[in-house]
Amino acid sequence: MFASIRNRTIIIALLVVGSIFALVPRSITLRERDPQTGVMRDTVVKQVPIKRGLDLQGGMHLALELDQSKQVSSDPKRDIELALTVLRKRIDEFGVTEPLIQKVGDSRIVVELAGITDPARAKAIVQRSAFLEFKITDKTRALEKALPSMDRTLRALGVKGVDTGGAKRPSAVEQLLGADTVKKTGDSTKKAADTTRKGKDTSTKAVAARTKGGDSTAKGADTTEKAADTNSVPGGVLESLIQAAGGQTPGEFMVAETAFPRADSLLNLPEVHRLLPRGVTLRWAATPTSVGVQSYRYLYALDEKSIVTGSNLEDARAQLDPLTNGPIVTFELDRAGGRKFGEETGKHVGDYMAIILDGRVQGRPPVIQSRIGRNGQITLGGKGLQEAQDLALTLKAGALPIPLKIVEERQVGASLGADSIRKGITAGLVGTALVILIMVGYYRLSGVLAVLALGLYILFTFGGLAALGATLTLPGLAGLVLSIGIAVDANVLIFERIREELLLGKTIRLSVDEGFKHAMNAIIDSNVSAVLTALFLFQFGTGPVKGFAVTLIMGIAASMITAVFVTRTLYLIWLDRRPAMSTLSI
Amino acid sequence: MTRFFANANYDFIGVRKYAYAITAAIILPGLLFLLVKGLNYSIEFTGGTLLQITAKQAVDVGAVRSALDRQGIHGAEIQQFGSANEYVIRARVAKAGTDANDTQATATEVGRALDGVLGQGNYSIQRTEAVGPKVGGELRQKAFLAIFLSFFAVLAYLAYRFEWRFGLAAVTATAHDIIATIAFIAVMRLEVSLVVVGAVLSMVGYSLNDTIIIFDRVRENLRKHKKETFAEILNRSVNETLPRSVLTHGTTLATLLALTIFGGEVIRPFALVMFFGVFTGTFSSIYIASPVLMAIEQRWPGPDVRGARTTSPKPISPPPAGVARKARA
Repeated sequence: MFASIRNRTIIIALLVVGSIFALVPRSITLRERDPQTGVMRDTVVKQVPIKRGLDLQGGMHLALELDQSKQVSSDPKRDIELALTVLRKRIDEFGVTEPLIQKVGDSRIVVELAGITDPARAKAIVQRSAFLEFKITDKTRALEKALPSMDRTLRALGVKGVDTGGAKRPSAVEQLLGADTVKKTGDSTKKAADTTRKGKDTSTKAVAARTKGGDSTAKGADTTEKAADTNSVPGGVLESLIQAAGGQTPGEFMVAETAFPRADSLLNLPEVHRLLPRGVTLRWAATPTSVGVQSYRYLYALDEKSIVTGSNLEDARAQLDPLTNGPIVTFELDRAGGRKFGEETGKHVGDYMAIILDGRVQGRPPVIQSRIGRNGQITLGGKGLQEAQDLALTLKAGALPIPLKIVEERQVGASLGADSIRKGITAGLVGTALVILIMVGYYRLSGVLAVLALGLYILFTFGGLAALGATLTLPGLAGLVLSIGIAVDANVLIFERIREELLLGKTIRLSVDEGFKHAMNAIIDSNVSAVLTALFLFQFGTGPVKGFAVTLIMGIAASMITAVFVTRTLYLIWLDRRPAMSTLSI
Repeated sequence: MTRFFANANYDFIGVRKYAYAITAAIILPGLLFLLVKGLNYSIEFTGGTLLQITAKQAVDVGAVRSALDRQGIHGAEIQQFGSANEYVIRARVAKAGTDANDTQATATEVGRALDGVLGQGNYSIQRTEAVGPKVGGELRQKAFLAIFLSFFAVLAYLAYRFEWRFGLAAVTATAHDIIATIAFIAVMRLEVSLVVVGAVLSMVGYSLNDTIIIFDRVRENLRKHKKETFAEILNRSVNETLPRSVLTHGTTLATLLALTIFGGEVIRPFALVMFFGVFTGTFSSIYIASPVLMAIEQRWPGPDVRGARTTSPKPISPPPAGVARKARA
C-alpha cells in the first residue's frame, strides 16, 4: 500500500487537504450581552479554528474553593456540585463565548473566561452569594435595651473610649485596621453565611446549638447584666457610636460612615453578640447615606426569622423605574413562596420590611401597606443599570450554597496576548529561516526536500491542533518554534545514514533505502521517549503547560510522518525522474 | 558534499577522567550555590500576587515599594520587564492579617498602592496572577512528581527496547542533566516558573534523545564489530554520530536563539534553560552515558551478543588499524 509513488502521493495529498480543511477560517458565533439594553446578542466573526489559550487571547482564569472560614459545609461534595450548577447558570447569563467551568479534584472549581474586559465585574458575579431574604424590622427596641450591657462587657474586655480603640483581641485590632472594601465584603458574606445556615437548619437544631454555645457562666452573667440593664454606661463605646435614626422605622439606627468598620467589628465580638436577645439579628445597609455633609451607615435590628428567601424566587429582571428612572430589579416568587409571602405580609401590615441581599439591607425598608403577592421589586439606590442586570442575573441563577473564595487568579489583557502571538510568530519565522539556511547549506538538494517536509510538518501540526480542538498557549507556541529545530533531527539522521551508505560505495537507490531503514530504530526510540516525558508534562501541568505538552506531542507525531514518510516519497519521486543520476546532492 | 567531523576518530572514552573533572568543576560550585542561595520560585509555586503594568511614564520604584510597605505588603519585588515603562510587581507575602489562601485582599491592596503612587488611569494592568500558597504548594509537589515519574517511565521504556544496562546509563546521564540544569537555574537566578519546569522536562527529552541515538549505534556496532572491545565500540559509535549531533544541535540552537531574541520576556527563561540543556545534554550523552554504560558492563557483563568480548578499556589508543580503514571505506 505504501510502496508505489502514486499511493504515497495520494496519502500525503489527503493529509494536506485534511489539514488545510481543519484550518480554514470559519464563522464563530460570539454571544454577548449588550451593555446598553442588557439583551443577549450574537455576533459572527471569521476565525482560524485554533483555540487560543487565555495567555494568548486575553482572559481570566479563576480557581475557587468553598470558603469554609465563615460557614462550615456539612457536605462539601454536594455543595461544590451545587456551586458548579449555580456558576454555570450565572456565566451563561453573563454571556461569554465558550466559558470553561469545571470541577478539578474534589474541592475546586476552575472557571476560565476568555476575552473578559471587566475582570472585577466577572469576579463579583462568580463570587456573589446572591442570598436574598425579607425580614421585618424589630419593634421590641431590643438593641437599645442591649446597648448598655454591651458597653459594660466591652469595658470589661478592655475596650475604652471612642478614640483609643484598644481592643485587646488581635482579631479585633486587625478588623479595625482593615477598613477596606475587601474586609467589608468579607463581613457581609459572613453574615450572609450566618443567615443561610440558620435559614436552612431546622429550628430545633438551631436552638440546640445556641444553648450549647452559651455555657452556664455566660448565662449567669446574662442575668446579672439584665438587672442593671436600664442604666446607660457613661462614655460607652457603642452608645456613642450608634444612635437611633429617629425616623418612622422601628429598629433603624445610624452610625457615622467613618466609625462603621469599628462598630461592626465590636458588634461581632462573640461576647457582645451574645447579649442580643434571641430572635433578633443585626444587619447593615448596603451603601452609606448622606445626611447633610455627613455620611452615615444605617444599622437595622431585625426579626431573625425571614418571611421568605431567594430560594422561592422564580424570575428576576432588571428594569428602569418609570417614576425615578433609577434601576430596579423586579422579581417573581414561585407559588409556595408567593403564598407564604402573602400570608406574612398580610400579618405585618403597617410594619417595615427589610430586603436583604448577601447580608446587606438594600435601600430603606419600605412599609408594608397591604398584603403582597408573588411580585415585588428591589430598588438599587444610585447604581447603574448594569449593576441591576448583574443582580437580576445572580438572583435568577440561585444562591451559592456556601460562599466561594478565589485561591488562584490569572488574568491576561487582550493586548498582551496579541503581543505574545506577534513575538512568537517573529521568533518562529526567524528560527525557520535559520533552520532552512543550515539544512540547504549543508545538504543541498536533499536539504530542500527536508525543508519541503518541514513546511508540511508545520501545516500538519497546526492542522492536528485544530482538528483535535487542542488549545495553543504561549509556552505551546514556544514549544512549536523549538520543535521546528528538533523536527529536522529525523531528516538529519536519515541523511547522515545515506551519506555513510554512499561512502561505503553502495548505489544511490540502495543507499537511500538502507539509510531510511537503519535510521528508523533511532528515530522511533528517541520519539517515544520524548512523548513519554511530554505525557508527564501534560499530566501535571495547568492550562499553559498542558498546551505546551499537547503541542509537543502533536509536533512529534507530525515530524514522524513528514521526516520519514514525506521525505522518503520525495526521494522516490526524485530518483524516479532521474534514474541515471550518478551523484546524489546530499 | 560538506561534512563536519567526517571520519572523526576522537578518543572520547580515553579522556573520560578529564570530562569527569570538568563536570565536577561545574556542578559542585553550582550545587553549593544552590544550597546557599536556593531557588527563586515564581509565585505560581510560592503563592503570592503578580501584576504586570504599563505606565505612562517611568515609575519611581522606591516610591511604589514604600507605598506597598505602608499597605502592609512587605518585601515586594518591582522589576522592569521588557520595554521601558513595563513593570512587574511581585508580592509573595500576603497582606498582614489576611487569609493568604484567599488571594483577593492582597491583590486589591497592591492596586490601591499603585493608584496612590502613579495615580489612577496613569497605568494599565496587562496581566495579574494571584495564587494562594496552598495551590502553589500542590503545584510544586506535582512538578517534582512529574520529573521523578518521567524518569522511571523512560528507564522502563529503554530497558524494554534495549536492556536495563542501557536504560540505567541513559537515566544516569539524565540525572546529571537535571542536576546541572537546576544548578544553572540557581546560578543565573532564573525564576522557577511552570514554563521553566516545562523547559527542564523538554531538556530531559532532548538529552535522552541524544543518548538514545548514540546507544542505538552502540547496539548496532556490537553486532557488526564483534572483534572490538567495548570501549572501542563506544568510541566508534560516538564518532559516527558526531555529524548528526552537530547538525541537530545547530538547528535546535538556531531556533532557541530566535526564541531568546524575539520571543519576549515570558519565553526567555524557557529558551535559556533549553539553551543550556542542549550543551549539557550533548556533553552528558558522550561523557556520562557512554562511560557509565561501560562501567556497568564491566561490573555486570551482559550475556548477549558480546559473547567473550573483553570489556577492559586497555587497548583503546592507538586505535587498531582496522577501525580506521573501515571508517574510511
